Amino acid sequence: MKDVCLEEILIESIAENLDGLRHVAVGASSPIPGAAALLARSRSNGKMRVSILGSEDNNFFSDGGKEIFDVAGQGRMDAFFLSGAQIDGKANVNLVSVGDYEQPKARFPGSFGSGYLYFVVPRVILFRLEHTPRTLVEKVDFISAPGFSDDNVYRPGGPYKLITDRCLFDVDKERKCFRLESVHPGHTVDEIYEQTGFEFDLPDGTVPETRSPSSETLEVIRGEVANEISEIYPAFAARVFGIDEKK
Amino acid sequence: MLMLADKLTIDELASRIPDGAKVALPPDYAYCSLTAVRALIRRKVKGLHLVGVPSLGFQADMLIGAGCVDTLETAAVTLSEYGLAPRFTAAVKRAEINMMDATCPAIHAALQASEKGIPFIPLRGLIGSDILAHRKDWKVGDNPFAENDPVVYLPALKPDVALIHAPIGDKYGNVWVGVRREQMLMAHAASETFVTVEEIVDGNLMDDLKMKAATIPGLYISGITEANKGAWPLGIPGGYNPDHEHLRRYVELAKTDEGFQQYLEEFVLEAAAEAAE
Repeated sequence: MKDVCLEEILIESIAENLDGLRHVAVGASSPIPGAAALLARSRSNGKMRVSILGSEDNNFFSDGGKEIFDVAGQGRMDAFFLSGAQIDGKANVNLVSVGDYEQPKARFPGSFGSGYLYFVVPRVILFRLEHTPRTLVEKVDFISAPGFSDDNVYRPGGPYKLITDRCLFDVDKERKCFRLESVHPGHTVDEIYEQTGFEFDLPDGTVPETRSPSSETLEVIRGEVANEISEIYPAFAARVFGIDEKK
Repeated sequence: MLMLADKLTIDELASRIPDGAKVALPPDYAYCSLTAVRALIRRKVKGLHLVGVPSLGFQADMLIGAGCVDTLETAAVTLSEYGLAPRFTAAVKRAEINMMDATCPAIHAALQASEKGIPFIPLRGLIGSDILAHRKDWKVGDNPFAENDPVVYLPALKPDVALIHAPIGDKYGNVWVGVRREQMLMAHAASETFVTVEEIVDGNLMDDLKMKAATIPGLYISGITEANKGAWPLGIPGGYNPDHEHLRRYVELAKTDEGFQQYLEEFVLEAAAEAAE
């Protein structure tokens, strides 16, 4: 069997955090979360629904663009994924711009649904596949969605984990900060310190290595999951799993 | 005798959208009228306030590049897999357009307020974000039914025009949008709706209950234009695919002011391009 790759470790790690949920939704530009959701569904014995934006096969919404937000607002969505051009140590997410908002140095597409979903979806898993001081910053330049809210603000949702290409962080809701949970194979805690622009907590004892998927899980990822994700992300499926791009 | 819809040529349709209009547009993955966007650029429309429902793509990037847009009210401008929207990005960095950044459900909800004819609608979320901090037209108020429960109030969003595309319409102005029901919301919320359709079919779409459930009544439609491949170079779901090669070429050319002008001359302004509409 081919060696396990980073994407497969991330897929397994995210999927573990979706175990037992009823409805997991995946937004735009999210091939790894999409694959993780499909893996979690495959292990759920038909108990999990997955909706993937941009998919024809895995999108059951029939009431227009608003429905996914209405579903989330009612508490019918258990997990969602957010990324950001910047993410800071208070779990604030920036999808808008770097520099001055009125005349920015860099401008990204925009906040999409983050300014709402981050508040109402119980498990928002943050992912950023470029873990550097440029992306994981002390303070974001623009808050598309705040990590935490004052006590009187309606906030059933919020950050649950932050996963990067180097490590997995847990979220300490009391202290309102991240705590290193595990380091991916081939990476070190020293490197995480060097490459992270915000301060974070360490777990008690040694920092474990992020678990690699078992050979049974790898078979599912490389078979059923790879085939399903290729419908939405053909270039990703071709690069990671060698699935031929369909025209 | 049922009332017939105004059947327009594409240039007549463009002339009915005035300078300065607040125009609601769908995202690239719905049904976009690129043929109408090209006609608007040819008629040199100015000062548009575009509303993305809830996000914008190629339509907005082209209109921005051609100098047609003053204000952008949207949750995002994205060309998805093709990368950042080059004319949008350049215009924001030069502070040439007034940005009204939003979040997707705020746009849907504010359109729903207009649809219902109510002055505002509350929405969860947003509190503590810089989206809210920059939206002077949004307010934080109390939930009148609870203690100490702040909630965001959004004023009703009533576009002057909803501009959409659809697979089919009929001579009565009934327009089938299928599962793209945000286009129905847009039509309900806007003062006027102009639509291009791949085909104007015989008969009345309302006679078939299966079609009727996903059909915008002619009541809302101010003008309809038959435009085969009217979404090109985008595709329409269940119809034709996006023209990937053309879209990649657009993104490459639109990286520079000169390249974008070349694109306009070749595909939008030229007599040949016009005749092809």
